Amino acid sequence: MPELGRAALLVTLGLSAYAVIAGAYAAHLGRRRLARSAQNALVASFVSTAVAAAVLVAALLRNDFSFEYVARTTSRALPTPYTLSAFWGGQEGSLLLWLLILTGFGAAAVSINRAWARDLIVWVVPVLAAVSTFFAFLLVAVASPFVTQAAPADGAGMTPSLQNPYMLAHPPLLYLGYVGLTVPFAFAMGALLSGKLDERWLIATRRWTLFAWAALGIGQLIGSHWAYVEVGWGGYYAWDPVENAALMPWLAATAFLHSVMIQEKRGMLKIWNVLLVVLAFSLALFGTFLTRSGVVNSIHSFTQSSIGPWFLGFIAVVVAVSLGVVLWRLPQLRSPTKLESAISREAAFLYNNLLLLALCLAILWGVVYPMLSEAVRGEAVVLGRSYYDFFLRAFGLPLLLLMGIGPLIAWRRASLKSLATTFRWPTVVALSTGAVLLLLGAGSSIPGLVAYTFSAFVLATIVMEFARGTRARKALGASSWPSAFTSLVSRNRRRYGGYVVHAAIVLFAIGVAGSSAFDSVAEAKLARGQSMRIGDYTLVYRSLSERQAPNATEIRATLGVRRGDRDLGTLEAGKNAYTIEQQVSNEVGIRSDKLTGEDLFVIAEQIDPNGTVYFRVFVKPLVNLIWLAGLVFLLGSVITLWPDRREQRRLVARASTVGLPATR
Amino acid sequence: MTLALVLAAALAVACVVVVALPFLREPEPESDSLDDLDADERRRLELLEARDRALAALRELEFDHRTGTVSDEDYRSQVGALRRDVASTLQALERDSGEGRPGDGRN
Repeated sequence: MPELGRAALLVTLGLSAYAVIAGAYAAHLGRRRLARSAQNALVASFVSTAVAAAVLVAALLRNDFSFEYVARTTSRALPTPYTLSAFWGGQEGSLLLWLLILTGFGAAAVSINRAWARDLIVWVVPVLAAVSTFFAFLLVAVASPFVTQAAPADGAGMTPSLQNPYMLAHPPLLYLGYVGLTVPFAFAMGALLSGKLDERWLIATRRWTLFAWAALGIGQLIGSHWAYVEVGWGGYYAWDPVENAALMPWLAATAFLHSVMIQEKRGMLKIWNVLLVVLAFSLALFGTFLTRSGVVNSIHSFTQSSIGPWFLGFIAVVVAVSLGVVLWRLPQLRSPTKLESAISREAAFLYNNLLLLALCLAILWGVVYPMLSEAVRGEAVVLGRSYYDFFLRAFGLPLLLLMGIGPLIAWRRASLKSLATTFRWPTVVALSTGAVLLLLGAGSSIPGLVAYTFSAFVLATIVMEFARGTRARKALGASSWPSAFTSLVSRNRRRYGGYVVHAAIVLFAIGVAGSSAFDSVAEAKLARGQSMRIGDYTLVYRSLSERQAPNATEIRATLGVRRGDRDLGTLEAGKNAYTIEQQVSNEVGIRSDKLTGEDLFVIAEQIDPNGTVYFRVFVKPLVNLIWLAGLVFLLGSVITLWPDRREQRRLVARASTVGLPATR
Repeated sequence: MTLALVLAAALAVACVVVVALPFLREPEPESDSLDDLDADERRRLELLEARDRALAALRELEFDHRTGTVSDEDYRSQVGALRRDVASTLQALERDSGEGRPGDGRN
């Protein structure tokens, strides 16, 4: 039913365009019924987009190759989960997913807040609708997933590296993050356009921002794990432009989540916060542009298409209009409160913001420089790993340290004497850790040693904060230590959930430092029966086998693994030859040590017809802490996102005092 | 093809009805103006936000002092100003209430 899909998208375009025009007109002239009608149009656009999405899903599941998109991204041999994941595997489908999530989030955000912040919502609707109009237009006029053709006997199949379980979750999570950042942007613009610059836009968008940020963070970690196990070059992050595309809005959103606390607590940084929201959203659009325009030569840009100029034009309009509106409201955004001291929590958060932004902009420059150099000189000059590593160390290490310092300094101002007392124990722990590691030989990488020392400092401050807080709750009357701990976290979920997220970042930093600064590599061409050594490990190449999977021929080299005198069993590494796609992929062998977090990582780089194999082997200390960090990050995010009834009651009471409905 | 077109037409009609619903429900309303906050209500909302911000800051300082995150010296240098902030926002709200609580008659 491609006609139904096309018609549903046309309906979405009409509804979105109506919501923009009618919504803006109603907000400007104060027309109640028209404003409500525009809100209904936004909600209805979700339904029509869902119909279009259902048509595409049905076509994928039925292997209906009369849909050009289905024929291009799937084949009959493709397992069903990957057939479903083809929804976001190609350009048109992923744009449809963008629109589906956007209209869904828009409908939810409007429905949840339309009673509580109705004067704000009337301006939020046209902004949300403008974004969905752009995507609906692309899907109707430029990149339709419902183009039909005479059905071929079979489809072209899916890029082999995408045939991985992680790909079922990684792109949707990134899109939840990208699209989620539209909601704070729309509310910020709504607040600016309406002139209602009180706290409500921050309150209405707090959880949306947290959700989008958490989805982006977890999506990136899943993507890194996918790269680690599937792409098969021995790493998990290559500073690829499309990887950077997801990192940049995450960094901007991280800066916003910190600086928004300063606005909430001290009424400061209103201009900064609005600009960060605009930046995060623009970078989310830029990320989609990078992934989908084919403008960069990347393993992720599976498509070359004509949507690039449209995206660039839209990003330019978004940035220009947003900055224009911010300038227009500048007098209302100025805060009467000033920074009282350079040694205060708000100052520490400000330093954190500057470092995050500097890192974000350095990465942005690294991404756009090859494009600019190609446009100006006709030759793309790519900034390599050393460029990014330099800025990661220059800005990332101070950021790591600030993560321990910031939460322990008092708001407004702190005395040096107080700082000395507060940081005495964390400093002792950090210096002791550094000294021990130096004695153990970690001095071979100074950045790695510094990262470990700072990580120990931050972990010590986090443990200290939880311990002191629990003790204080116990003293305030909690019946037991567990109930004191529970009460501590539940009474201030953002603060203590934030500490859990900080602990995740520390684990991540330790994992990255261990696996990149202290890893080792060995290479050898082995015939059957020959062996190679790396560190304490000895690997013996035993056999080569070939087996047929539904969609690929799998060739595997089996290696016996010993560590010292201990037999650790066998490990398989090899290649998959995908028949339909006519591509070969590396299938790496990984042996994880659960106790130390270390991985033995084997790549069968080249398999000769006579059975000899060229192996590349890595030992990656602590790399599994990176994946553990993902679980801790998820826990911290859930704690911060969990609804806070006390805060809800306070907001309801505040709203009802001025006559707003007592619901959210 | 025909079924697809019928479904598409049904979808379009349903969406038009949903969009037109506010006008169908209230063809001739008493008032069609947006129920916006007036200047008094907005001022009161800002005062309430300032009060909540001051109270939260005082509560946090008290707790941080109790845990030891804020030293006695820093606590003493800040608590007076924060208490004055709370008192002044409460007084401002009281004055505002005395001038007549806005928002009566809202729904």
